[in-house]
Amino acid sequence: MANNQNERKAGISQPRNIATLLSILVPGLGQIYNRRIVKGIILLIITISFLVTMWNYIDIGIWGLFTLGTIPQEHHSIQLLLQGLISLIVLAFGIAIYAYNLIDARKDAIAREEGRPNPTFIKGMSNFYDKGFPYFMILPGLIMLVFIVVLPLLFMLALAFTDYNQYNAPPRNLLNWVSFDNFVNLVNVDIWKDTFFSVFTWTIVWTVVATTLQIVLGFFLALLVNDKRIKFKRTIRTVLILPWAVPAFVSILIFSALFNPTFGAINRDLLAQFEIMIPWLSDPFWAKVALIMIQTWLGFPFVFALFTGVLQSVPSDMYEAADVDGGTRWQKLRHITVPHVLFATAPLLIMQYAQNFNNFNIIYLFNEGNPPVRGQNAGGTDILISWVYKLTFETNNYNMAAAITIIMGVLVMGFAFYQFRKTAAFKEEGGRY
Amino acid sequence: MSMNRKTKSKIEVTFIYLFFLIMFVIIGYPLFWAVMMSLNPGTNMLVTDLFPDNPTLEHYKWLFTDPKSDYLIWYKNSLFIAILNAAGSIVITSLIAYAFSRYKFVGRKYGLYMFLLLQMFPALMGMVALYILLNTIGLTDSLWGLLLIYLGGQIPFNAWLVKGYFDTIPKELDEAAKIDGAGHLKIFWTIMLPLAKPILAVVALFNFMAPFMDFLLPRIVLTSPENFTLALGLFNFINDQFSTNFTRFAAGAILIALPIALVFLLLQRYLISGLTSGATKG
Repeated sequence: MANNQNERKAGISQPRNIATLLSILVPGLGQIYNRRIVKGIILLIITISFLVTMWNYIDIGIWGLFTLGTIPQEHHSIQLLLQGLISLIVLAFGIAIYAYNLIDARKDAIAREEGRPNPTFIKGMSNFYDKGFPYFMILPGLIMLVFIVVLPLLFMLALAFTDYNQYNAPPRNLLNWVSFDNFVNLVNVDIWKDTFFSVFTWTIVWTVVATTLQIVLGFFLALLVNDKRIKFKRTIRTVLILPWAVPAFVSILIFSALFNPTFGAINRDLLAQFEIMIPWLSDPFWAKVALIMIQTWLGFPFVFALFTGVLQSVPSDMYEAADVDGGTRWQKLRHITVPHVLFATAPLLIMQYAQNFNNFNIIYLFNEGNPPVRGQNAGGTDILISWVYKLTFETNNYNMAAAITIIMGVLVMGFAFYQFRKTAAFKEEGGRY
Repeated sequence: MSMNRKTKSKIEVTFIYLFFLIMFVIIGYPLFWAVMMSLNPGTNMLVTDLFPDNPTLEHYKWLFTDPKSDYLIWYKNSLFIAILNAAGSIVITSLIAYAFSRYKFVGRKYGLYMFLLLQMFPALMGMVALYILLNTIGLTDSLWGLLLIYLGGQIPFNAWLVKGYFDTIPKELDEAAKIDGAGHLKIFWTIMLPLAKPILAVVALFNFMAPFMDFLLPRIVLTSPENFTLALGLFNFINDQFSTNFTRFAAGAILIALPIALVFLLLQRYLISGLTSGATKG
């Protein structure tokens, strides 16, 4: 019987379709058709106020996003670009509400078709609260995240495809979309090409060598402190963690002074005794050596602390079993300790690499990326991120800075993807630890 | 034979201690050197001594009493941002983490991926945009603008960390409370928050210390000396005339490093356990 009724009402005249259609035309109308008057009116009010307040803004924003302005000195390309991106985000929120309106109208209509009574207003509100609760919790953070983290990244992404630099800047000039020109220049124009490749290579060397050194040293020290024969463990640990506890910018500036060739203690007090003078700040090679040593000093305590925590959780029966089988110390280390420690800390170790890749502070505070190099517009110790900083705030090459940022982003994303797979693999192992 | 093994072990232990001793010197020397520099009279680095003949506290006195010194204002600014940043980040991240840990909703999975991805992008990557954005809403050279950036930027990493910790709190607890009639917020307030105190302490500590240590964002956002934070102020101290201001810088730096290092050493155990439990189980 019920089946027959449904068949007769199939097609466009079926209530669920009518309700959906009405909501497509005017958000809230479908709800009113469903006799959910209050909800319908609220949605209608939200729609109207959204359109009244945002229509103009979004209209200009989207137009600006495509054209970047048409009248020089009157249209400000950067502000238009920003407005365009904000419009996109607001539009996305609007579409989400619109989609909710459609799904909701259809769901209520289906409930009515099946003869379920409409919930009372109170019940409806409490349902809404239950369903919406996680969204309310997330909303403040989400809005901040979108405007403070995501929007700037989108803006950077957009800049990479414009011709925004010192000589072509609003409000005097209009900007243009130039598609991949900046990226092409980066590998074609000599000065950019040379700089990019030397900075890029050094960034990779820096990331790999400095991070690996700090991990190896941290691991080695953790092993030594963990040795049963060692006493005063607490004191030793506290001293070893000291470089982590001192704010990094303080330590880096101290090192910068220590390595200073005229008054720094390393040349004046230590190396002078062997009659050696090393140009720590003015020779690229020695500056790089100094940077790697300083980063090792700064970074090993974190790894050391991490490993110390994990080492204590290695089940001792595993070692006892190995002893029974006559395992050597080296075998125990290779087959029990290292896998256990790496397994538990891999995501954090990978993060260490990512952090050093973007370790602006040490490069800039130690020597501001100097010494300068002939035929390049980056200093001898600049890594990608400090080069971007210089391009942005010193020479106002915004477009190139943005293009390089995108390349860095792609690299970091590849790294992130690797980490995803690693963590996924951990989960499949069933959380052994 | 056994005698032999014993001496071998003894030699080994001696070498281990020797290695620690070398490490202690490497760790201690730069810090000790900075302390001694701050006790040198005058501001000319060329005539400083590791053990000055007449050590003095004049630089410390200068920081606090000289009318040209903004040190106390910088300290106040840093404290202001640090406290609000710690409090604000706890509220924001714990709400997000609660939703992601305990509720199923549309977009949950992608939200988690987004957090993981965004924590790889430092705020630095969007610095041009941030600067222009703050300019448009009139918050450049403002501590509030800086605070806003810190609060937004910490979300991906900390939400992930706290969510990982929330996941380790048994679900049976909140289900039992639900049966007793507790609402969403009540469960959050009476069950989740008290049990998650260790990780919340970690988040608070990280976000309290960040403004003391960060130098780049303040440099981009803040321009007038009365708005500087400590890190930025001290950097500018020595940036212009490095060799002439280092002794003063050393005094100022030690006064920041000391409290931070103390708090840090006292809380390190919680820090590490929080990090490992939050991040590896994420």
